[in-house]
Amino acid sequence: MKKVAMTGNVAVANAMRQINPDVCAAYPITPSTEIMQQFSTFVANGQVDTELVTVESEHSAMSACIGAAAAGGRVMNATSANGLALMWEMLYIAAGNRLPIVLSCVNRALSAPINIHCDHSDSMGARDSGWIQLYAENAQEAYDNTIQAVRIGEHPDLHLPVMSCMDGFIISHSIENLELLDDRQVGDFVGPYKGTAYPLLDLANPVTYGALHLQDYYIESRKQLHEAHKRAKNIVIEVGREYGKLSGRSYGLFETYKMDDAEIGIVALNSAAGTAKVVVDEFRAKGVKAGLLKPRLFRPFPYLEIADALKGLKALCVLDRADSFGAAGGPLFIEVRSALYDLPKRPVAINKIFGLGGRDLGLDDLRKVFEELVTLLDKGQAKSLYEYITVRE
Amino acid sequence: MSVLKLKELSKKPDLLTGGHRMCAGCGAPIVVRQVLAAIDEPVIIANATGCLEVATTIYPYSAWKLPWIHSAFENAAATISGVEAMYQSLKRQGKIPADTKIKFLAFGGDGGTYDIGLQALSGALERGHDFMYVCYDNGAYMNTGIQRSSATPFGADTTTSPAGKVLQGKTQKRKDLTKIALAHGAPYVAQASPHNWKDLMAKVQKAMSIEGPKFMNIIAPCNRGWRTQTNDAIALSRLGVNTCFWPLYEVADGVATVTYNPKKNRRPISEWLKPQGRFKHLFKPENDWMLKKFQDLVDENWRSVVGMHNASHPGEQIDPEEGKTW
Repeated sequence: MKKVAMTGNVAVANAMRQINPDVCAAYPITPSTEIMQQFSTFVANGQVDTELVTVESEHSAMSACIGAAAAGGRVMNATSANGLALMWEMLYIAAGNRLPIVLSCVNRALSAPINIHCDHSDSMGARDSGWIQLYAENAQEAYDNTIQAVRIGEHPDLHLPVMSCMDGFIISHSIENLELLDDRQVGDFVGPYKGTAYPLLDLANPVTYGALHLQDYYIESRKQLHEAHKRAKNIVIEVGREYGKLSGRSYGLFETYKMDDAEIGIVALNSAAGTAKVVVDEFRAKGVKAGLLKPRLFRPFPYLEIADALKGLKALCVLDRADSFGAAGGPLFIEVRSALYDLPKRPVAINKIFGLGGRDLGLDDLRKVFEELVTLLDKGQAKSLYEYITVRE
Repeated sequence: MSVLKLKELSKKPDLLTGGHRMCAGCGAPIVVRQVLAAIDEPVIIANATGCLEVATTIYPYSAWKLPWIHSAFENAAATISGVEAMYQSLKRQGKIPADTKIKFLAFGGDGGTYDIGLQALSGALERGHDFMYVCYDNGAYMNTGIQRSSATPFGADTTTSPAGKVLQGKTQKRKDLTKIALAHGAPYVAQASPHNWKDLMAKVQKAMSIEGPKFMNIIAPCNRGWRTQTNDAIALSRLGVNTCFWPLYEVADGVATVTYNPKKNRRPISEWLKPQGRFKHLFKPENDWMLKKFQDLVDENWRSVVGMHNASHPGEQIDPEEGKTW
């Protein structure tokens, strides 16, 4: 174990170096470029055994990853925003073929207008593709999640691709202090690859991938994917616990911060959760029982556990760094509010869309949100269910 | 490399089995069987979405007796790139035996190759994977119901370039994909036809002896789209070659060779067009100019291919006008 100072991208690239995948595809897109760029130097210097396929597009990146994973080996890749959008078709195919590819998604806003900075419209748009999705608050978590993603996806009960997300620029390009495991520890933790149930390279047992499933079989195939997602939750917990023993940093489905006796709370993904913790402390200092829940596993969405963790609140705000235009709220809000439905006594829940295209979320923005939640304690009725903040009106 | 003897070849197991559900008289499975029969090593295939893919793998059945993957329409070249990369990686790491020898093939129709798959093909050729891409060119999107592609010949009536009152079929000429593949500097590029199985299979064998990216473009008549009979795929591919619509040639490490010169068998293009319902309107008196234009396009292409041959073979010059008796 050693303490280092590095950006989120370099931390993820180092996790990849320690994992030493058999094949990686690389195609540049801001802000994820640096991951594969850094990894390319590991390849060039012989620090990894990886065959690097420098494809001509993200669509081909995921296509090559699918071919490589089906052939029978460990496969990783990284992208952002429009790159993920171009992969869209192939994300579904990776999941449908049950190939445990690990993709680092450095969250960036989708066009138009074109923008290079952080929001979650890219990975949120891919939330129904059948991939497992993990989110990270900081570089340490991004590093830790990348390593755990390998074990989760390759688990014999899952065989699912995993998207490991972190905030573009805010985390990917900021230098943080973090702890890296030893190379050997990571190698032992991920172990030899066993993630492809039916490898193409097994010539003695020729297999057909990607057959046409018509009305008589398609739905059964999708049901199997559905069932695999149901099994994922416990495996994420199991792997998180084992990783905790190794690193001293245990991971579960989500993190709660001062939630035990909380009356008002915020639910937020990724780096915004770090900012929210500061404001929770401020309100606690003023005697307000404020708390935070930061989901880590977004797909599958652990709705029972999240509802249980939020059931003591009287009012809560879900912060979404992506909109689902025309829906009853942002993607995270829709999930959280739905999870609350079966509670005998539900908290008032409001939604704020914030920070699109990298707009800063300041402490003042969050103070206002908490103040609004405080007023909801008395009124019980929100003036607006779903609105934008950090925006010029 | 095995010698191409019909008796021996007939003893090889079919890796694309009978009952594959392609249409009666389709050229594509004939092409696939000839390609596979020419290769002695184990083969892994990536197949683009299209007739060949959809008909041969209707779950829970598969007509393929070898490892086979289909992932999408536009990415057979990228998919096989990944398979080949994994093979190279595992072999280098000693995770599979060092003496393992596998040939990697991609199959795609003209829609999946000339059009939507062109970028992935270009990328894979440029990166230099050790694989061969085989395009079976039937000149339209036949699987979705005969829509025009960039491989569709000039004047052809398709469902998206129908012959109507104002427009007379496809207004544009074909894209020359073989030369595009060649422009990548791939070490082996060829055109072949299933009627000349010996030529086709010799080309496959030559390609397999060369390391790096290979491309073969093979004519594959489609009686549904061409509006012809189910028993004339071979006759029409022969006529396609003898009219010089589909020149048989190869470019191996920069040396271009016409592998078959029709000479006295050369026929005017109208003889290839006439039996095909998709060109029926070209024979109306007012469309005579289209027949002439089609012949000009064919002649221009043949001269260009012959020109490449002549540049490579100073001692074996071909006269592009030879056999043109009309």
